[in-house]
Amino acid sequence: MENLEKIPAVKMRDISKSFGTVLANDKVWLDIYRGEILALLGENGSGKTTLMNMLSGIYFPDEGQIFIDDKEVVIASPRDAFAHGIGMIHQHFKLVDVLTAAENIVLGLKEPGRLNIDKVAQKVRQICDAYGFDVDPYQKVYNMSVSQKQTVEIVKVLYRGADILILDEPTAVLTPQETDKLFAVLRNMRDAGKAIVIITHKMHEVMSLSDRVAILRHGQFVGDMPTKATTAQEMTNMMVGRPVSLNINRPDPVDPKPRIVVEGLTVRDIEGSVKLEDVNFTIRSGEILGVAGISGSGQKELLEAIAGLQVVEKGSIRYVDDQGHQEELVGKDPLEIAAKGVALSFVPEDRLGMGLVGSMDLTDNMMLRSFRKGHSLFANRKAPRELAERVVKELEVNTPGVSTPVRRLSGGNVQKVLVGREIASAPSVLLTAYAVRGLDINSSYTIYDLITKQKLAGVAVVYVGEDLDVLLELCDRILVLCGGKVSGIVEGRGASKPQVGMMMTHLGGKTNA
Amino acid sequence: MHKNHTAPLFHITKRKTLPWYQAWLIRGAAIVLALLADAVVTTVLTGENPVAVYATMFSGALGTKRRIWMTAQELAILLCVSLAVTPAFKMRFWNVGGEGQILAGGLATASCMILLGDKLPGWLLLTVMLVCSLAAGALWGAIPAIFKAKWNTNETLFTLMMNYVATQLVAFFVIVWETPKGSGTIGIINQKTQAGWLPTLLGQKYLLNILVVAVLTVLMYFYLSRSKQGYEISVVGESERTARYVGIKVGRVIVRTMLLSGAICGLAGFLLVGGTDHTINTTLAGGRGFTAVMVAWLAKFNPIIMILTSLLLVFLSRGAGEISTKFGLNHAFGDILTGIILFFIIGSEFFITYKLSLSKGAKKEG
Repeated sequence: MENLEKIPAVKMRDISKSFGTVLANDKVWLDIYRGEILALLGENGSGKTTLMNMLSGIYFPDEGQIFIDDKEVVIASPRDAFAHGIGMIHQHFKLVDVLTAAENIVLGLKEPGRLNIDKVAQKVRQICDAYGFDVDPYQKVYNMSVSQKQTVEIVKVLYRGADILILDEPTAVLTPQETDKLFAVLRNMRDAGKAIVIITHKMHEVMSLSDRVAILRHGQFVGDMPTKATTAQEMTNMMVGRPVSLNINRPDPVDPKPRIVVEGLTVRDIEGSVKLEDVNFTIRSGEILGVAGISGSGQKELLEAIAGLQVVEKGSIRYVDDQGHQEELVGKDPLEIAAKGVALSFVPEDRLGMGLVGSMDLTDNMMLRSFRKGHSLFANRKAPRELAERVVKELEVNTPGVSTPVRRLSGGNVQKVLVGREIASAPSVLLTAYAVRGLDINSSYTIYDLITKQKLAGVAVVYVGEDLDVLLELCDRILVLCGGKVSGIVEGRGASKPQVGMMMTHLGGKTNA
Repeated sequence: MHKNHTAPLFHITKRKTLPWYQAWLIRGAAIVLALLADAVVTTVLTGENPVAVYATMFSGALGTKRRIWMTAQELAILLCVSLAVTPAFKMRFWNVGGEGQILAGGLATASCMILLGDKLPGWLLLTVMLVCSLAAGALWGAIPAIFKAKWNTNETLFTLMMNYVATQLVAFFVIVWETPKGSGTIGIINQKTQAGWLPTLLGQKYLLNILVVAVLTVLMYFYLSRSKQGYEISVVGESERTARYVGIKVGRVIVRTMLLSGAICGLAGFLLVGGTDHTINTTLAGGRGFTAVMVAWLAKFNPIIMILTSLLLVFLSRGAGEISTKFGLNHAFGDILTGIILFFIIGSEFFITYKLSLSKGAKKEG
């Protein structure tokens, strides 16, 4: 509260870092205080993660100084960072699956004497009790849920004595309930006097959790202020550098007609456990069907089954064209589906592992869908290049050129490339999975806008999402999945967040207490 | 204003893509350094004059017209095998079965020459030999591919094992066809009739081999970089999930690519038996199936660059051989020199991708 008198735990001064020709951080100033949660905001590629990586010893700054408690320090490795009490929890967990929580926590520590895992477990339990974590030190990591793994990561840095914690988009993979739990723990740690930095894109989290916000734009520091003194609108404008509208436009559905009819769909994974059970619903043209559910409730299998990528055990998926002619999709692969004249586009969850090839450039990625065209032995790269150039221009993709490998682009730009390609083929069905995951506000709204435009063009859109606020604002109807079963279908207009949240955890939304 | 208290001595950063001439400058510097290192090693270990050793090396590879032709022929065969394994490697299918596939092709060629040499007219015999060698190589490559596609077996082990099977098969047939009996070798096949020998062009025994491989290099370059199948190979290699997502039948691409890879190895066997050796034994492939892996990687799977990398390896190996004989040194000494040179050249790739910067302040932009 009296930040003016306090000495910052961390002072970063004139920090610059460039990668090749890209200036990721340009003379950034940042103060981090103890007993405070700082939200670090910025669009994709604005240099937030780079800045924090320099604090945690992963990158080394080209220029600038870092002070810890007013003493200049050199952080050349993660070990140095730990020595100064800095710990970072990355977006991608760095845990060994076959080891237990406690083993992962002590991994790499050089403690004198023999390793006594029970002692470690005891200390882990102490940390957990102090802040309200819930970890079994003897549980193997491969048996853990995403949120448990994240908890292990946090305990790991606390175990090493960190009192300056950096969390990079910690809620991207959590359910609303898990997020609430995490926030409670973070508040406890703040109250215990730790300095916490959280990188996030979700405005309502910033508003509810942080004490102060700092904003980066294009690698430069543009300002910081107490969270209480600002609004989501103001922060967004600062991030983007111009006023941005935060309303999702939801026009009425356009002449909705059944487009895909799913009946009695049952899907098992390779291990034989049921992922979808007796799922029935209809996707209609000209409307957006939202799919809500805790992660792993069968969303992935549902979309992949429709796209011909998932073996179906029972049930049918029928495509209905404008003339009412029906086509069974079950048992067909993507090529056969396309050969039947079903224009189906799919934006998968795993952008670089499935939707795109990271090491290929924009042109070659555009070709993925169209390279078979024509009878020539050789692939035509002219049309894909023109498409790539069009997508770059129309969706404002930030890239050095169409010959840049997509892996080099930031998350939002990767997604724009993928969505741009998928809608370029004039689909009649568009399936999207977590289309805005990891994207900043501005890119997210671009994607919402693109999806709504497809709906207005009469496309049947499926939007699998994790942010209930967005689902409720964007979708015409929402299908709620719970443990692989349909918990219910609600109208987007008029449904409430608690109602959908309840349906996600209890079939039909009723508690049977 | 910046002081280096305990700053690290240097740190490693990734470079932006270097212009080609700078990259070649680094590679050139690596070769010079390697020659210096070799000079020191030579002087210390043998007391010979390094310059004389290098001169011998050079003359061993390119000293006379005949040696130039020999080097070119060696280059052609190694390049042929390298071209063969490249599509498989681009697909991340680790085909280390080049040896076996060459032997299979060579054995097919030899058996055609022995069994059909006096029964078919020359042009037909050559056609049959070619078709059989391609088919045998393709078969040898396709077997591991089918198992990989159907049951996801490990192709590295599988292709490696197929080498031993091929070696034993050749050993068996050498005994079956040995001439004279008891010699343990087949000897020159059809020495009198020269049936099934590849024709000499312009009086040069090796010219045909070299031309065939030259054409193949260009074809392979366009196949990999321009064709639809080449594109499919890249996609499967980078991400099978992406391939499936866009409807590429991964298993079919794996088998098709290994048919091609094996067939070209088979062609190398054909060129070796029909074009140069006119006989067959278990050492026909001579380790080229493995050397080719290095040629392909060094060239980053670019067929045109492979001309240079295979030239380098052939030059070194022929030069090293000459040093051993001329200076009466152990053959291993030539290999040591070769190893040092390769170490520097491969190491230089690190400096092309990454930059070592001394501590901050040591270097200023601009």
